[in-house]
Amino acid sequence: MKILVGIKRVVDYNVRVRVLPDGSGVDIDGVKMSVNPFDEIALEEALRIREAGNADEVIVVSAGGDEVQQQLRTGLAMGADRAIQVKTGEPLQPLSVARAFLKVVEREGVELVLLGKQAIDDDNSQTAQMMAALWDRPQATFASEVKLDGGKASVTREVDVGLETVEVDLPAVVSVDLRLNEPRFVKLPDIMKAKRKPLETVSLEDLGVAVEGNLEIGSYEPPQPREKGIMVEDAAQLMGELKNRGLL
Amino acid sequence: MNTILIIAEHDGRELNAATAKTLSCAGEIGGTIDIAVMGHGVAEVAAQAAALDGVSRVVTVDAEHLAKPLAANWATETVALAGDYSHVIGPSTTFGRDLMPRIAALLGANQVSDIMAVSGPRTFKRPVYAGNAIVEVTVAEGSKVVATARTASWKATGGGGAAAIESRPAVAGPAEHTRYVGLEIEGGERPDLQSAARVVAGGRALASEEQFALIYDFADKIGAGVGGTRAAVDAGYCPNDMQVGQTGKIIAPDLYFAFGISGAIQHVTGIKDAGTIVAVNKDPEAPIFEVADIGLVGDLFTVIPELESLLG
Amino acid sequence: MSEREIMEYDVIVVGAGPSGLSCAIRLKQKKPELTVAVIEKGAEVGAHILSGAVIEPEPLDELLPGWKDTPPPVCIPVERDEIWLLRPGGKRLRLPTPPQQKNHGNYIVSLGAMCAWLAEKAEALEVDIFPGYAAADIRYTADGAVGGIIVGDMGVDRDGQPKDTYMQGIEIHAPLTLISEGVRGHLAKRLIARYDLAADCDPQTYGIGMKELWRVQPGKAQPGLVQHTAGWPLDSHIYGGSFIYHLDKDRIAIGFVCGLDYQDPEFKPFEAFQQMKHHPMVREMLEGGEILSSGARAISEGGYQSLPKCEMPGALLIGDSAGTLNVPKIKGVHQAMKCGMLAADHLAETGAVEGFDAKLRDSEIVRELHRVRNIRPAFYKGFWRGFIRAAIETVTLGKLPVTTAVHADDTALKKVDEYSAPERHWVERDLPPRDRLASVYFATTEHDEDQPVHLQIIDPEVCTTRCVTEYNNPCTRFCPAQVYEMTGEGDQMALQINAANCVHCKTCDIKDPYQVINWVTPEGGCGPIYQNM
Repeated sequence: MKILVGIKRVVDYNVRVRVLPDGSGVDIDGVKMSVNPFDEIALEEALRIREAGNADEVIVVSAGGDEVQQQLRTGLAMGADRAIQVKTGEPLQPLSVARAFLKVVEREGVELVLLGKQAIDDDNSQTAQMMAALWDRPQATFASEVKLDGGKASVTREVDVGLETVEVDLPAVVSVDLRLNEPRFVKLPDIMKAKRKPLETVSLEDLGVAVEGNLEIGSYEPPQPREKGIMVEDAAQLMGELKNRGLL
Repeated sequence: MNTILIIAEHDGRELNAATAKTLSCAGEIGGTIDIAVMGHGVAEVAAQAAALDGVSRVVTVDAEHLAKPLAANWATETVALAGDYSHVIGPSTTFGRDLMPRIAALLGANQVSDIMAVSGPRTFKRPVYAGNAIVEVTVAEGSKVVATARTASWKATGGGGAAAIESRPAVAGPAEHTRYVGLEIEGGERPDLQSAARVVAGGRALASEEQFALIYDFADKIGAGVGGTRAAVDAGYCPNDMQVGQTGKIIAPDLYFAFGISGAIQHVTGIKDAGTIVAVNKDPEAPIFEVADIGLVGDLFTVIPELESLLG
Repeated sequence: MSEREIMEYDVIVVGAGPSGLSCAIRLKQKKPELTVAVIEKGAEVGAHILSGAVIEPEPLDELLPGWKDTPPPVCIPVERDEIWLLRPGGKRLRLPTPPQQKNHGNYIVSLGAMCAWLAEKAEALEVDIFPGYAAADIRYTADGAVGGIIVGDMGVDRDGQPKDTYMQGIEIHAPLTLISEGVRGHLAKRLIARYDLAADCDPQTYGIGMKELWRVQPGKAQPGLVQHTAGWPLDSHIYGGSFIYHLDKDRIAIGFVCGLDYQDPEFKPFEAFQQMKHHPMVREMLEGGEILSSGARAISEGGYQSLPKCEMPGALLIGDSAGTLNVPKIKGVHQAMKCGMLAADHLAETGAVEGFDAKLRDSEIVRELHRVRNIRPAFYKGFWRGFIRAAIETVTLGKLPVTTAVHADDTALKKVDEYSAPERHWVERDLPPRDRLASVYFATTEHDEDQPVHLQIIDPEVCTTRCVTEYNNPCTRFCPAQVYEMTGEGDQMALQINAANCVHCKTCDIKDPYQVINWVTPEGGCGPIYQNM
């Protein structure tokens, strides 16, 4: 079985992001870029599935300019077998990413797609669900556990009230949540090995996907600062305030 | 004129509060608002939806295979309903976040996730970079608006409505490839820190694991989750998974009590989206008072028992 | 514990700073067939390095001719210099610019961004660069020579036990190792002791440099303006001053250096930095702006007298691991680069370490240090005497036949009951950051909290028995990141180490009067992520 893992190049989760003074975007000049943390978790799961003997190949794919090759190489260093760059000059909206990745799925005969539940830059959380929709296959989102059994997967999902389990027939798309696993560190020698693993570049045109998007991105602004609060004198006054505001 | 379809979230018996919040968001967009209640045996829930203020019509799709909100099934039905609507909106709960993008893809549209504010009928503000930036997004003409409403940004609408309820037949059978197995509701008497509506947290001022019990007790009395600062965790007063802050959990409860917490930015980062922040600290210069909505300079060891005695 | 995996290189460079990267590039230029690797504990190249910085470009011209066609991302030609003496009460006095501070022809850069840029050049020459991995130990050959390094284990919990993600660090074997860890490198510290490299020199002496990068209101920054200040908020017995370098895009790099040989046990270097920003001249620039980034790092100030022997079996010390910074110029980057290049030339020519130290001492790098060798020590007797002596040394080009001895920092502190600080006329502060914790936030420093504490206290009893009474626990004040805190009272008193705040500046390792703090490297990839610093 082949597994496809989608990874995105994003601003490192430690970076203190700030909005540019002119509101045109976020200041990412010189900031550290990394593999989206949820995508690392997805890749880790794919590697474990392969190591358990339930898959033969793990392919990492990323859409973007040549700078994403850095993240693809990280994926290869973690243990992926092959990498594919879907080359594009401009940022893609989720539907286009879903379409592009689906073309790769079809071309490669992938049976399991693992994606992070959301990218920590746009926080859209759409690509996995969209791929499943276009593919007319199951989706299992926010996975905290994935168990494969023949051509089926039992996926435990983190939902607001607790944990929901669904069973899906492969091929399927799974988006992963934080608690699924803890990604492995990369061994230095594997960084060297990764340089020799195949990294293929295909363009969106090659895949037959048009760049389009129905969302127009406008201006950015920093979050509203909290309004100034009040001070109270004692516990009685505090309780009074809380009751007045309907909080207690 | 906007025609908005809201996808209701419910558990078979009760409408989820998030639906009424989504209704608020829709109200801000303007236009006629219908609510779709899908499921099996939905009469009760449909009646609750019809009673919400601002609803024109409730449309039900009742079929056995729709009993659980499996996205593959509900998306198909929604797409069949969505034809004439300009907007299709769900709550940004795990239910809505699972379902709505599938609907969006089938309608050929990108979704606007987590609407915080409405700037126009097709223009919205939403958080990106974990809320460190807000971006305004416009949906181009000629495309349906498919969106989720960020529940923390909207107050539930009131009642007093009396919308008509219409039923529609399901257009498809079950998607065989996906099967619901079960749900394990997170147990324990105390609400989970990450999703609790109220949280009580303590800092290093609690001074010991024994004294931290004050925090647990107060939390239990008001049905709150419990959190601690990194300092409290490091000092062993509470376990690691209760850490609130930059390197712990980022939470957004409606009500957050910070007892004996200085309010260093590393902690405040974890609570900046909380509804109301209440701070009690002996030090009037503590930075927590810069973010607190209600602040009390005082000794938590006297204030907490006083508060408990005042709980009616 | 299984045998560690081994990777082999001809040369391993520890630390992707200017000396290490220049050395790696030069080696590949001279002998492309050599296999060269650079290992760097920061999550990416540049993450752990910061400096003002105004650099002399000559080594860049030599190493990378034509570099100006594709300069590093932050690179502003110096337009003019100003030297100010700040006084209490908001007063100031413009001083004439001494020759060492005439920066025409120099560039204001972000050292971190420049290192990332150098790293790209190195990779283009097929140097293997490994950020995110810490050199935790030296690997010794059978005959006791340095034979490479051992990468630190990753995924180890607070108690030293392997976690699920445990990954044993590999060994990198190399017949030649370059130690370019920068100031007070933790491996350099061990090697200097082991091979007695400091037997014939004075102790090294240091300063602490703290820096903030600000985005200011439009029009406030004058790109290319280089300002230095002395005087307030320090008193005449603390060496130091500030730098204010005006960049493009409404950015100002502002920083403060204090000599770590200060005597006042209650002194707070971070507070002094924040005070300086409140002088009306500085405040005016910063008002209404925002902090983009902040950080701190120790600076080597011993110069010529403190230079240890830089060669040992199998390894060389280069750059500020040796201590090549020119204090009166406040510049070390050109020296570090030249030192790295000299090492590369020597190794390419001879294939061995022997003879490097002699070449270094005979080079322009050390001649430059020699010329200014008496200037920093002149300030041991206070600001004005130092100022006068510095002027004399400058005019006589350092040719006077005397060399003032350099003293250590850890023995400089006076005990609390033996010292009373002079009035420094400090003011109420309201500019951000409000305190050290807020400052640490802008350093974007992060350590997995579940790992062994990397600040080893060799004798923790000292803190609560002797230090508290003698010096009142100065670590709680000299650390710019508030790593150290004393909690509790009486026999409940204990030292709390907030290791996660550490910005890897090394000040504690230097200034602790009992020398019981031993800084070792935490897991690779931890620590600050400085951007454009």
